[in-house]
Amino acid sequence: MTAREEVLAAVRAALGRGPDGEPASPVPGGPRAVHVPRAYRVATGTAPGSVAACDLLEHRLLDYRARVTRCGPDDVAATVARELAGAASVAVPHGLPEAWVDAVRVGGASVLADEPGRPLGAAALDRTDAVVTGCRVAVADTGTIVLDAGPGQGRRVLTLVPDRHVCVVRADQVVGSVPEAVRLLEAHPDRPLTWISGPSATSDIELVRVEGVHGPRDLRVVLVGP
Amino acid sequence: MATPGHAPRSSPERLVSTYLGMPGVPPKPAAEPLDPLRWGPTFPEAARGTLGDAQLRTNLRRATRTIRDKRVAVTAELPDWEALRDAGAAIKADAMERLPELLEQLEVTVTARGGTVHWARDAAEANRIVTDLVRAAGAREVVKVKSMATQEIGLNEHLEAEGIAAHETDLAELIVQLAGDRPSHILVPAIHRNRDEIRDVFRTRMPDAPAGLTNEPAALAMAARAHLRALFLRADVAISGANLAIAGTGTVAVVESEGNGRMCLTLPRTLVTVMGIEKVLPDFRDLEVFLQLLPRSSTGERMNPYTTMWTGVTPGDGPQDFHLVLLDNGRTRALADEIGRQALHCIRCSACLNVCPVYERTGGHAYGSVYPGPIGAILTPQLLGLDDADEATASLPFASTLCGACYDACPVKIDIPTALVHLRDRALHDGAPRRPTAAGAAMGAAAAVLSSGPRFRWALRASALAGRVLGGRRVRRLPWPGSLWTAGRDLPALPVRSFRDAWARARRTDGRGRP
Repeated sequence: MTAREEVLAAVRAALGRGPDGEPASPVPGGPRAVHVPRAYRVATGTAPGSVAACDLLEHRLLDYRARVTRCGPDDVAATVARELAGAASVAVPHGLPEAWVDAVRVGGASVLADEPGRPLGAAALDRTDAVVTGCRVAVADTGTIVLDAGPGQGRRVLTLVPDRHVCVVRADQVVGSVPEAVRLLEAHPDRPLTWISGPSATSDIELVRVEGVHGPRDLRVVLVGP
Repeated sequence: MATPGHAPRSSPERLVSTYLGMPGVPPKPAAEPLDPLRWGPTFPEAARGTLGDAQLRTNLRRATRTIRDKRVAVTAELPDWEALRDAGAAIKADAMERLPELLEQLEVTVTARGGTVHWARDAAEANRIVTDLVRAAGAREVVKVKSMATQEIGLNEHLEAEGIAAHETDLAELIVQLAGDRPSHILVPAIHRNRDEIRDVFRTRMPDAPAGLTNEPAALAMAARAHLRALFLRADVAISGANLAIAGTGTVAVVESEGNGRMCLTLPRTLVTVMGIEKVLPDFRDLEVFLQLLPRSSTGERMNPYTTMWTGVTPGDGPQDFHLVLLDNGRTRALADEIGRQALHCIRCSACLNVCPVYERTGGHAYGSVYPGPIGAILTPQLLGLDDADEATASLPFASTLCGACYDACPVKIDIPTALVHLRDRALHDGAPRRPTAAGAAMGAAAAVLSSGPRFRWALRASALAGRVLGGRRVRRLPWPGSLWTAGRDLPALPVRSFRDAWARARRTDGRGRP
C-alpha cells in the first residue's frame, strides 16, 4: 500500500469505518457530520464604511503602534506624498492610481514600478525605502488590513521587503468584523492573502514587545473619507 | 536543531566544526533528546529538576501571568466569545468525522492549483520526503518558519545529518537553536532564557552579531533581523508548518507576528509545508471562526500582526514550487480513541499552558516533549500510543491537578480533564502489565483498604495515631510502599481524629446510639 492509501485506511479504521466505509458527507461545503452552531456575530453594530468603523479602525491600528492619517478623497495624493517624506526610492505596484504615482514623483523619490513581465527582485526591494499600495478590505474590530494581490496592491514581496509601507484604505473598504471580511474574500479564495495588523512585532525576549522585526517596521495607513 | 557537541550551522561557509563549550550558556535541557516527542525521565522526576531552577520559575510566572491577563481582556471584549468557541469545537468535531473525505478533497484542490501533495505515515517518512525535495531543489540550506509539526518529527536534526543546514527564523526558535536548547513553550519557546543569556548566545554563536551587543530586547531583535535578512534573500527553499488548510479551496494559512513567516512563504522559489492531517478544515468560511479564536487565545491580541494564506501556486507571486506533506505520525492512533481524539482539535494556541498551575511551576521541559502542558499531557501519549508506552510516557496524563482551568481556557473546548482521567485509566490498564508505578501502587493499596470495612477502620485509626504523633505537620516522605506516593507529592497533615471516629463519638454524647 502507498503511504496515501495507508494513512487514509488508518483514518477510516479509526473512525470505525471499513476500508470502503460510507462517508458521512462526501463533499466539503455539503452537509456536515456534526451540526455547527454559528450563533456568533457577523455584523457587529459597526456599519461598514461608517465614520464609526473608520474611528474604530484608527483606534485599533494606533494600539498596534501603526501610524494613521485621515484625509478626504481629494487629498489622497498629497497625503501619500507627505507619508513618503524622506524616502529616496519608492516601489509601486501595478495598477496603483496614476495620481498617487505622480505624488511620489513630485516628492522627488525615484519610482520603482513593479510591472507584469518586469518584476522587481527581492534584492532591489531590499534597497528600496518604501512602498505604496491600496488594499482589498480592512477590519475595524481587529485593526486589520487585508491585501489580496489585486490591482494597486501588488505581489506579496512588495509590501514585505521595503521598511516603510504606506497603505491607502478607503472608508468603503472598512468592514466591522472578521466574518464580514471573510465573506468578501471568499469570492476569490485562490488569491494570495496577506492580513496585516500593525507593524511586525515580537515578544520573544522576556515578553518585551519590540515593533519591527522582519516585515516593514513602519506601517503608515492613509484612511480616506468619509 | 543544534545538539550539544556540534556547533549549530548558522552559516555553512563560516561553520565552526567543533563546539568548544560555552560555560555561560549550557543547553537546556542538558541531555540530548532522542525523540522530540518524548525524551527524558518520568514527569515527576524531570519536574524535580526544573522546579529547582529559580530563574525558570520567575520567567514562567511572569510570562504566563502576562499572557493570561491579556487573553482574558481580549476575549472578554467579545460578547460572542462563547458562541465562537461552540462553533470552533463543532467545526473541529465535524472535520474529524469527515477526515478521509476532507483530506482527499484537499489533495484535489491543492493539486488543481499547481501544488503537490505528499503523504507521510510517520516522522521518518516525512523527513525523507522533505530531504528529497530539498535535494531536488539543489539546496544545501533552508529557512524555516516556526512549526510544531517539524519539531515533532525532528526535521532539523535529520536535515543536518543529511548535510542540509536548517535555519530557524522565528526569533525565539533562533535563540533555542543557537543555544542548543529544546523549546519550553509552544508560543514563546525561549521563555526559559533571560536577556543576558540571549545576548551571550548571540555573541558566541551568531557569526555576524554586532560588536558591543547589549541585552536590550530591541537590540537583540535587530541583531537577529540583520542576521536573518541575508538568509531570507539567498534561500531557495523554505519549510513551514500550517495553522490550517481549507479542503474546499486548497488554501493554507500561517499565522505569525514577526514577518519571518512572510519572508519564508514569499521569497524562496520552493516551499515545503509539513502539516498534521488534523489541521484540515472544511470551508473557507471556517476561517472567520479560527481567525478570531486563535490570536486572542494565543498571544492575547485582537489579531496577530501577519497572517499569510496561499492556494497552490500563484504565477509570478511567491514560491513557484509548492509541496504539502500530510503527516499522520500517530494522529490516526489518537483518532481511534473516542474520548482522547479531541486532543486532535488543538489549534496550538498554548492558552492551556498559561493557565495551568502545574506548567507554571515545572515549565515545559519537565514534560519531555515538544508538546508540553495540559494539551501535551493528553496529546503526546496518544501520538506515541499507550498500549506499550514506557513509564515516562505513561506518566504524562498524571501531570495535572485536574483543576479544569485548561478546559475553560481552550478556544475549541477540548475537555482536557476528562481526557486526562480517561488516559490515566488507559495508562494503568492497557496492554502488557508493566512494573508497578507510584500511582498504580497507591491506587491498589487504596482499593484494598476501601473495599473492606475492618481494614478501613484499622487504616483510619492508624492514620489518626500517626496524626497525633506528627502533630499536624506535613508528611514529606513515607516508608515503602508509601514512598511511591510521596515521591511525587507531600502527604497532607493527618487529622488526629478521623471523621468516622468523631461521628461515632458525637452520637454517643448526644445519647443516640446506632439506629
